[in-house]
Amino acid sequence: MLIGKSPDIPSREITPRDDYFQYLSRRRFLRGAAAGGVTVAAAALGADRIAQLISPGIRAYADSKLQTVKSPLTTTGEQLTSLQDITHYNNFYEFGVEKDQPAENAGALPTRPWTVRVEGLVKKPKTVDIDTLLKMRPLEDRVYRHRCVEAWSMVIPWVGYSLSEFIKQCEPLGDAKYVQFLSYYDKHVEKWTSESTIFWPYSEGLRMDEAMNPLTLLTFGLYGDVLPNQDGAPVRIVVPWKYGFKSAKSIVTVRFLAKQPPTTWNDQSAQEYGFYSNVNPNVDHPRWSQKTERRIGLPFYAQRRTTLMFNGYGEQVAGLYNGMDLRKNY
Amino acid sequence: MKRSYLIILKTAVWVACLWPMALLVRGALTPHGLGADPTAHIALTTGYTTLMLLTITLGITPVRRLSPRLGWMIRFRRLLGLFAFFYATVHMLTYVALYSNFSVQAMMDDIAKRRFITMGVAAYLLLIPLAITSTNWSIRKLGGKRWSRLHKLVYVAAICGAIHYWWQVKTGVLLPLPFTVAIALLLLARPVLAWKQRRKMRAAETV
Repeated sequence: MLIGKSPDIPSREITPRDDYFQYLSRRRFLRGAAAGGVTVAAAALGADRIAQLISPGIRAYADSKLQTVKSPLTTTGEQLTSLQDITHYNNFYEFGVEKDQPAENAGALPTRPWTVRVEGLVKKPKTVDIDTLLKMRPLEDRVYRHRCVEAWSMVIPWVGYSLSEFIKQCEPLGDAKYVQFLSYYDKHVEKWTSESTIFWPYSEGLRMDEAMNPLTLLTFGLYGDVLPNQDGAPVRIVVPWKYGFKSAKSIVTVRFLAKQPPTTWNDQSAQEYGFYSNVNPNVDHPRWSQKTERRIGLPFYAQRRTTLMFNGYGEQVAGLYNGMDLRKNY
Repeated sequence: MKRSYLIILKTAVWVACLWPMALLVRGALTPHGLGADPTAHIALTTGYTTLMLLTITLGITPVRRLSPRLGWMIRFRRLLGLFAFFYATVHMLTYVALYSNFSVQAMMDDIAKRRFITMGVAAYLLLIPLAITSTNWSIRKLGGKRWSRLHKLVYVAAICGAIHYWWQVKTGVLLPLPFTVAIALLLLARPVLAWKQRRKMRAAETV
């Protein structure tokens, strides 16, 4: 029996890990072990042994690895932020307002079974199962810079395919000009939603041409594995040239509209969070400058860096905003 | 209070006051020791400690008024005040170095545009003359009355510090509330205690 496929490994024995390289070596180990025809008992023993070597905190299931292919749209020349930081420094207010709370609380999110409702201005509204979504297109490894409106940033190796591929399958009508994304919301599961004044569910939106840009990623994983819950499992979008809050997590509804949809942070405070929210060093947030950012995970003396227009993705996306005043449409 | 007790207590206060700084230094020397966002961690820790020490400093005068037996507490006021200034300075340096990257232009921009920074800088500037005139020599030179009048600036500095905190956090976040309540109570305690004392003295005169 192959170890990776074994249904006999209980989840408590699944190997947590703290960085990609350890992860890769584990995969290599498992592959080698599988080739050797090791028994289930030995596998459990091995998993146990490895679990001791690796720090706890990130639990991944044995069948959580995603088959991925390379992508020409990946960002190069950046040092990746560690999995530890990507999974323990999160803004996911449904699971608490502090950065470390989502890692603690998002375990409550039921990521299977999961369906995504497609509705609004489409040829035929439908409900798509997460497994259908996962198999719709080959999954690509895409490294993107991630810039939060709070002036910190990361570099994250996401896994997914262009949202445009999915939108084509949705067959939107000609008058669909915007796409709205609604996140999972259950106040019994996400008890922390009552601690803020936000109107739930979390809603985000893109103009149709932004959603169709190949950079906009329908995302299922990171570091070659399925998304940890706190990073928006099981499916989210990533819009790398916009501030992080535009990249809606744990999506349950995709709605095609003729008019701009209401979006959560814009509703909360329109002068702080615009509908577009493109990364723009020339337009300050009322409480801080957006000219520079702090790279997460670096020592204090090395964190500060210059923020790039469109987060460095101007070549691919600047054309979307030709003729628009980006100071007004912030 | 016995001299030996005082020495022990003074040592304890020194250790307690240096503790947050020691943790920061240790964190800076260990990989990932200051968490995912060290810059923000340093800024928050030093700012919080400044407000904490300022609040304790403000508490000394009212608390020792409660009983003559607490008179020895005055011996700790200057020490605590100077430690508050020390953390405020590190906080300020964090802003200058880690947030503004020493860019004068960036700082000028911030001070003009962002009220929480304006308020923070104001609070810090108010503390500077107090730290400078904290020596015995200064007290003698200025004369007790003028010296204490000058040092009433600490009230304004504490209020500015609390406002700075409120303006820095996201709307709806209530973290600055405990400090605000404590500072407000300690400032209000002063006229109340002074009034009580006057009444007591008048009662003593009429006897």
